[in-house]
Amino acid sequence: MTAILATIVSSTLLMAGPLIFTALGGVYSERGGVVNIGLEGMMVMGAFSAIVFNLTFQDTFGNLTPWISLIAAMVVGGLFSLVHAVATINFRADHVISGVAINFLATGLSLFLVKVIYDKGQTDQIKYYFGKPDIPVLSDIPVIGEIFFKNIPVMSYVAIIFAIVSWFIIYKTRFGLRLRSVGEHPLAADTMGIKVRWMRYQGVIISGILGGLGGAVYAQSFTLDFGHATISGQGYMALAAMIFGKWNPLGAMGAAIFFGFAQCLAITGGSLPFFKDIPDVYLQIAPYVLTILALVGFIGKSEAPKADGVNYIKGK
Amino acid sequence: MSKRLQALVIPVTAVILGLICGAIIMLIFGYDPIAGYSALVEGVIGEPFYIGETIRQATPYILVGLSVAVAFKAGLFNIGAEGQMLMGWLGSIIIAVNFDGLTKWIHLPLAIITGMVFGAIWAFIPGILKATLRVNEVIVTIMLNYTALYIFNYVVQNLLTDGLDKTQEVHASASLQSELLQSLTDYSSLHWGILIALGFALIIWLMLNKTTFGYEIEAVGFNENASQYAGMSVKKTIIFSMVIAGALAGLGGVMEGLGTYGTAYVLTSSPGIGFDGIAVALLGGSSPIGIVFSAILFGALKVGALNMPAVAGVPNELVNVIIALIIFFVASSYIIRWAMAKFKKGAKAE
Repeated sequence: MTAILATIVSSTLLMAGPLIFTALGGVYSERGGVVNIGLEGMMVMGAFSAIVFNLTFQDTFGNLTPWISLIAAMVVGGLFSLVHAVATINFRADHVISGVAINFLATGLSLFLVKVIYDKGQTDQIKYYFGKPDIPVLSDIPVIGEIFFKNIPVMSYVAIIFAIVSWFIIYKTRFGLRLRSVGEHPLAADTMGIKVRWMRYQGVIISGILGGLGGAVYAQSFTLDFGHATISGQGYMALAAMIFGKWNPLGAMGAAIFFGFAQCLAITGGSLPFFKDIPDVYLQIAPYVLTILALVGFIGKSEAPKADGVNYIKGK
Repeated sequence: MSKRLQALVIPVTAVILGLICGAIIMLIFGYDPIAGYSALVEGVIGEPFYIGETIRQATPYILVGLSVAVAFKAGLFNIGAEGQMLMGWLGSIIIAVNFDGLTKWIHLPLAIITGMVFGAIWAFIPGILKATLRVNEVIVTIMLNYTALYIFNYVVQNLLTDGLDKTQEVHASASLQSELLQSLTDYSSLHWGILIALGFALIIWLMLNKTTFGYEIEAVGFNENASQYAGMSVKKTIIFSMVIAGALAGLGGVMEGLGTYGTAYVLTSSPGIGFDGIAVALLGGSSPIGIVFSAILFGALKVGALNMPAVAGVPNELVNVIIALIIFFVASSYIIRWAMAKFKKGAKAE
């Protein structure tokens, strides 16, 4: 039983980690009032740049490569999100449409660059990636140690810490208050002397950084290379996690872990008792159907920030 | 500037800007843009075969573009055209391979209608959830896209075949394929579906512009509260416009099933036509006539791009970048309008 639990916890967290990072990114963007369907594209750019950086510098940095690649992915994700920021904040573009374009652009651009750089459709496999180490001392605790601290995806724990920190930032700091104010009532915020555009820029850029991070963690934990199918919908899942989690960092984290659990069942379900006899297709569609049911069940409670998706035009 | 002209200037400017950006990208990476674009154009109109392929590619684009547009008119963002398309494809194939000995006059329409019904049912789910419970249709349709993909593969492998990755070819009585059109275009995969697609563009144009229902769709999309006060049933309009959108996207899938491929096969990832349809609808300004033109343009870009790697050495993925940029420019049309207004003012001042 302990072994089964350990497998479930480990693979749930493994799937959830990238979703948590990306969903948190969505929280920052949408708390500031910019809808971000483009999370998927930001993950794509993160995954792409992490893998390229990893392959290029694997001889230089050795075991540290995946960690340093994260920085590259965050920088690229942040820069890439500027496109969405400029379109929505300055050019008054529809946020959903700009987000869709971001996703198109990320896929097109990254695959174009892979062809240009490697002259083939996908990259080689990386040599250094995020393994699943045991945490010393803690993993010696009976039962709990085996379930939570052996064979663990480190980045997923980092993601959980990020979620807690993000909760603090958004609800307990001046930055968070200002960000939320431009997402709820930009006119009032403007009157109080808060720079609406600049706050929104920061929200979107943070979402790009975290989305890039999510994509990089995903690529360097699962696929280990980059091709057209590396990121296939995780960004949309993260978006759903954010909505499901009511635009709250801890809620988004909880929802992401729940999705991680559902996806883990889809992948490892065949080897688990109780789930062995269920046809694959039910386990495969479970995360998506559960999301819809959850949205239906959370009616009225899951409200977006009031000015989410509304372009703020000064003087109007 | 008249509204009609402005409706034309924005997409055309967006396309030109997109192509210019594409040329700049080619220059940055050391490709010759002139060679690249000539290869693209040659890949579209160089031979009858390419022309046939372009029209064939535009066929589902027209229908899926109409689907996104109808929902958009009602104020709904149908990201689920992809899933609805897959369900339509599946529905048509189920009828097409399971019945034998029917005449074409019964079999083909039955397969087509089943595909449309499958797509409509798939879109009814987000429609009813939006109308009655105010659940965000964007998220629901995204989730249904994945659900559709897995169901599609499951049905192909387990219900239509015995563990195979591909169903049998559809019976001739349910096929849209045409030897006449193929032989005219040097054996491209052009099929009769293009006539159906153009027919539906006309029907949707009539519906939107000449019927009360079309007026209600636009009214609801423009202002739900006002429509409610004016005595329209907002809920009914939302549900019906989603159902129509689903039927159209489903029909787009039928084109792939009964026309292009003549079969259904296990898909490793979503084919993306539904997503391309979003681009088609946006560039076409959600008007059926605009959509026909933008579908042909995107069909041409996609098909012509295949000629670019061999002839000019440019990766064909570049076209997806160009399409993405075109949507950006359409989305950011405010800046284009702003520039035009400045330009006009400047001209007046002189």
